Amino acid sequence: MIRQILTFTLLFLFLIALQVLVLNNIQLGGYLNPYLYVLFVLLLPFDTPKWLLLIVAFALGFGVDLFSSTMGMHTMAIVFMAFLRPGVLKLIAPRDGYDASQKPGLQDFDFRWFLTYASILTFAHHFLLFFIEVFRFSDFFFTFSKVITSSGFTILLLLVSQLFNYNAQAKR
Amino acid sequence: MRNLLGFLSRNSFFLFFLFLEGVAALLLFQNNRFQRSEFLNSSNAASGSFYQLVNNATMYFDLAEINEQLAAENADLRRQLTGSKIEIFGKNFIINDTVYQQAYNFTEATVINSTVSKANNYITLNKGSFAGVEAGMGVIGPQGIIGIVKTVSTRFSSVMTVLHTQSKVSAKLKDQRYLGSLVWDGKDYQYGQLIDIPKNANVMLGDTVISSGYSSIFPTGINLATVTSIEKPEGKNFYDITVKLINDFKKIEKVYVVKNVLREEQDKLEAEAQEGDNND
Repeated sequence: MIRQILTFTLLFLFLIALQVLVLNNIQLGGYLNPYLYVLFVLLLPFDTPKWLLLIVAFALGFGVDLFSSTMGMHTMAIVFMAFLRPGVLKLIAPRDGYDASQKPGLQDFDFRWFLTYASILTFAHHFLLFFIEVFRFSDFFFTFSKVITSSGFTILLLLVSQLFNYNAQAKR
Repeated sequence: MRNLLGFLSRNSFFLFFLFLEGVAALLLFQNNRFQRSEFLNSSNAASGSFYQLVNNATMYFDLAEINEQLAAENADLRRQLTGSKIEIFGKNFIINDTVYQQAYNFTEATVINSTVSKANNYITLNKGSFAGVEAGMGVIGPQGIIGIVKTVSTRFSSVMTVLHTQSKVSAKLKDQRYLGSLVWDGKDYQYGQLIDIPKNANVMLGDTVISSGYSSIFPTGINLATVTSIEKPEGKNFYDITVKLINDFKKIEKVYVVKNVLREEQDKLEAEAQEGDNND
């Protein structure tokens, strides 16, 4: 338990630093902004209490906002995503439900499950984020295309991050 | 009462979610409507010094290019020195300058944080109120206008760039009288739009757009952009002109904050004139 808390704290700090120092500087063609920090909410254990989920997401969004001078934007988007998580998990649950010892990653589930799980939540997050950022519905399709391309990029990065984890598991 | 408690406990997750979103929305609106960002955005002391730290490290990568830019500017300035000019009338003349008065002062500053990909882009400078920077001052780079200072802390300032959906810079075409505005549609950071140029103006591809000097923020005649496409929409009196911004906003490092010494006088006079209108 203690070890788990420590791991997630480190992951929390690492993802904010990665987002603020590296990923915020990546803009391919003005469309692609990956937001890999959503990984944190995706990876939280299945038995995380719902209220804790929201608080952690809030803190994460606040941390990213603080260093991107976008007060409130990331916070709103990531809290919304955390709110959707229990529902999405229920929707795509395997026939015999989840086991507390399982982790929501590629090492315990097949590729299709993880892709669905990550895609729905990442898309919801990016959709809210980009529309809060422009704060208007004119140019809807321009903003929407940004949502689609950036989600694609983020999901790709999420899968890559899972491969890291996968290798570490296999070696053990 | 029991029903109410039951409702609350059944929907506690949803209500908690709404509460947190409410807090986030409060942060968002507080910050966006009033731009009261001294405390929470990147011009606040904590994250400001953090970015200064990062910038100290990353600045080395761009040194070659900055050197080149500064050298070019130096050469340009050196050309204007008296030492590089010959004296047409020999040594027998007296300069008693009663014709010119200094109207603009320039403060050098370094960009320590910037974005170009958002719909509203800001940059952070390493000079604040200690260095005499005030909100509302203009910011120019070695080539063209960067933006307007929005908020200032003691050691940092946050600048609303031309790449902001609400930015509007008074501009005109070089050698023409017609006055327009340079705006940005939030899409490509390299291109802006010149609006309000009437159709009877004679616009050509490649024309230079310069600042008008009417806004009392920027000196007149600073190069802004070049015309890349011209459209004459049916039923409108104005051109749709797309221009390529001269500044590469991804690469700016050294900028100058412009202080208009006479601005207070101009603004006061203009306010007085408008006050007269209201009294009539």
